[in-house]
Amino acid sequence: MNSQAVGAAPPAAESRLWRRGKWAIPLSVVPLLVLLAYGFRTDPRAIPSPLVGRPAAPFSVTLFDGGRLSLLDLRGKVVVLNFWASWCYPACYEEAPVLERGWRAYKERGVVVLGVDIQDTEEAARKFLKQFALSFPNGPDPTGKISVDYGVYGVPETFFIDKTGRIRKKHVGAVTEEVFTREVERLLRDGG
Amino acid sequence: MIPEIGYAMTAVALGLALYGSVAAAVGTKTGRPALIQSSQHAALGTFVLIAAAMLLLVYAFLTFDFSVRYVATNTNRGTPFYYRITALWGALEGSIILWSWMLSIYTLLVILRYRSRQAEFYPWVLSVMLGILAFFLLVMTVPAPPFQRLTPIPPDGRGLNPLLEDTGMITHPVALYLGFTGFTVPFAFAMAALITGKIGDEWITTTRRWTIVAWYFLSLGLLIGGWWSYHVLGWGGYWAWDPVENAAFMPWLTATAFLHSVMIQERRRILKLWNLTLIILTFGLTIFGTFLTRSGILSSVHSFTQGSIGAFFLGFIALVLLGAFGLVAARGHRLKAQGELDSILSRESAFLLNNLFLVAAAFTVFFGTVFPLLSEAVRGVKVSVGAPFFNLVNIPIFLALIFLMGVGPLIAWRRASPENLRRNFLYPVAMGVAAAALFRLLGVANTLALTCFGLVVFVASTIILDFYRATRSKLRNGERLLPAMGNLLTRQNRRYGGFVVHLGILVIALGVLGSNAWSVQSETTLNRGEAFEIAGYRVRFDGLAASEESNHFKVTGTFSVANNGHPLAVMYPAKKFYPQEQTPIAYVDYLMGLREDLYLVLGDFARDGSQATIKVQVNRMVTLIWLGGLILTLGSALAILPDRKRA
Repeated sequence: MNSQAVGAAPPAAESRLWRRGKWAIPLSVVPLLVLLAYGFRTDPRAIPSPLVGRPAAPFSVTLFDGGRLSLLDLRGKVVVLNFWASWCYPACYEEAPVLERGWRAYKERGVVVLGVDIQDTEEAARKFLKQFALSFPNGPDPTGKISVDYGVYGVPETFFIDKTGRIRKKHVGAVTEEVFTREVERLLRDGG
Repeated sequence: MIPEIGYAMTAVALGLALYGSVAAAVGTKTGRPALIQSSQHAALGTFVLIAAAMLLLVYAFLTFDFSVRYVATNTNRGTPFYYRITALWGALEGSIILWSWMLSIYTLLVILRYRSRQAEFYPWVLSVMLGILAFFLLVMTVPAPPFQRLTPIPPDGRGLNPLLEDTGMITHPVALYLGFTGFTVPFAFAMAALITGKIGDEWITTTRRWTIVAWYFLSLGLLIGGWWSYHVLGWGGYWAWDPVENAAFMPWLTATAFLHSVMIQERRRILKLWNLTLIILTFGLTIFGTFLTRSGILSSVHSFTQGSIGAFFLGFIALVLLGAFGLVAARGHRLKAQGELDSILSRESAFLLNNLFLVAAAFTVFFGTVFPLLSEAVRGVKVSVGAPFFNLVNIPIFLALIFLMGVGPLIAWRRASPENLRRNFLYPVAMGVAAAALFRLLGVANTLALTCFGLVVFVASTIILDFYRATRSKLRNGERLLPAMGNLLTRQNRRYGGFVVHLGILVIALGVLGSNAWSVQSETTLNRGEAFEIAGYRVRFDGLAASEESNHFKVTGTFSVANNGHPLAVMYPAKKFYPQEQTPIAYVDYLMGLREDLYLVLGDFARDGSQATIKVQVNRMVTLIWLGGLILTLGSALAILPDRKRA
């Protein structure tokens, strides 16, 4: 039977080693902390949409205030396509005023905000439109075909489409003033 | 008014906890008992305020007070009564209240138990616990206030996440958090020992029982979580190696390691530094787990919403780890062992190996969990690590642990003699080998399954053999059978409690093995009246019915099931459509049995009820997992009983 002594090094050597190396114990935590801090800069849900850079799938909607609107008719304009629902609280409630202000500020400059209401009842949707006094074109997607074509995963999701009809950016979650202005200005500048 | 009152309560509680933490430390440093007294009062006040805030929030839920943002986002007018109460911990902010509340209870228990004992330690323990409590109250005050006012007040709320409308969700978070917060007590004792420099062996014995309590609740939380996943999520499994599951599993592994290695320290006065490290790691991992679930840095099915809260937790993790390990570095020279290891054939080394494997398992789980982050940071590539990695790495480790579970409790301390080995292990090894051979003859061809069976039988035999011998020697002393067995269990409760827990783990291991190796499933589309056969069951689709429930719309399928020609049951799997959810929620129907469960999940269906897709699973031996959990509960209860040995 073999006998093995663990921790039986001469005491003096051990303590010198300890004196030199002891601060390595707390310091070894630092790389981990840095890695976790790095995690804040990434969004695990932001899986890049394969649609970015591709032509936006054409569709047409019957608007809540009557009439039909086809995406193809908007060629030559910058389109902000927003998928929303009245039950999507709080994100859709936060972004609705932002979209309305953006629409009013940019509609003269060739920008169209288009809302598509998914998985919703008409009554609740109309109440939502009234609550925020939304004036940009808005229509339901009763069969869910549009949201499937755009790979909508949750609401709200917003697609920024350039003048040539290409999807240039997909935004997940509530659109903020900053995102709206930045993306729209970029697409207006690009000409196309 | 409720949001303002609630917010004021949490803010005052934060002030009290901070004050109490400082007062206890200053009181002991300057030798002023009055300050320590005052700190105890602050702790009591904190508890009362948190409890009142919790009740206030429950009241807001019950009265549908949608002026509270948290209430509006987690309930609506259709939410059933009980779930309006449990909605309290249905999301981030409320879960932090629950956490603080439990932590304040543990703090009170520590005060009650130790205020007149452990005079040197106790004030520091109190100070550390109140400091940690203050952190959670800070989270409740700044980044995640549960009492946030919502304007304008919406007519109805968004509703609770439908997956949380289940009895498992009533108990799972409670058990889990009792486990998580319970580890604060050993951690506070460890910090007190390091701060005072009184690094003897007594405090570690004191914390052992607290650790068992926390360990037990954590085990229970994990098992109930598995049960919830099994009967609610509708994928037929109970464990997916999801980051959040891993987050709760890692402290369980390190705490298990500690519960074993502490026995070596009690007995042999070695491994002090190691035990301290395990306590710090366990506590650190509970905070890390909370961070993972709430920061949104990793993608997980359970993630709470994200916000600035992640930064708070990261700061706290940094403080805890740097502070604790810094103290270890400063005091480490006092942690020198007084004994040494004599032989590798000894109980000490069996326990050391057990520790090595448990910590290795914790490390691989940790590595797999943060690897996606590492990969993105270093290579800029998004990856996900799934079950195959975790299974591949952990199965051998767990098999080795099961083996050691048989060896550890019976091998001699210091150095095992050939006689000791022969006496304790000859029969069990023979039984294990015989069992494996028998199963091979019965047609089990899977090597992994045979190994696992053999090991389980080996370990069970060691336990039975030990219990049999101990009972026999009592019988020789003239005791009668049942009292003798009862006395063994209650007088040597630590030892036999541990054995019973081991039996529970063995039963769970069999369940995990069986469900992975022999479950079968199939998915098919049936016309009304049509039947389908799987593993001796005949499942016939009889029709669909729709119903309007208080907060959702439900489509229920009717399926008659026969087993080998005998009618068995009519089962009703359903799909629930919640207005706030895009995808319907499956409502699983299942027949549980010891040998196998029949598990039905309704898929797509034709609106006229003429056709439905059904997923049928025959899940083998899953019930053993829940049964094992029950045995584990009994064993833990036994081990927690006060020591009456040599009374």
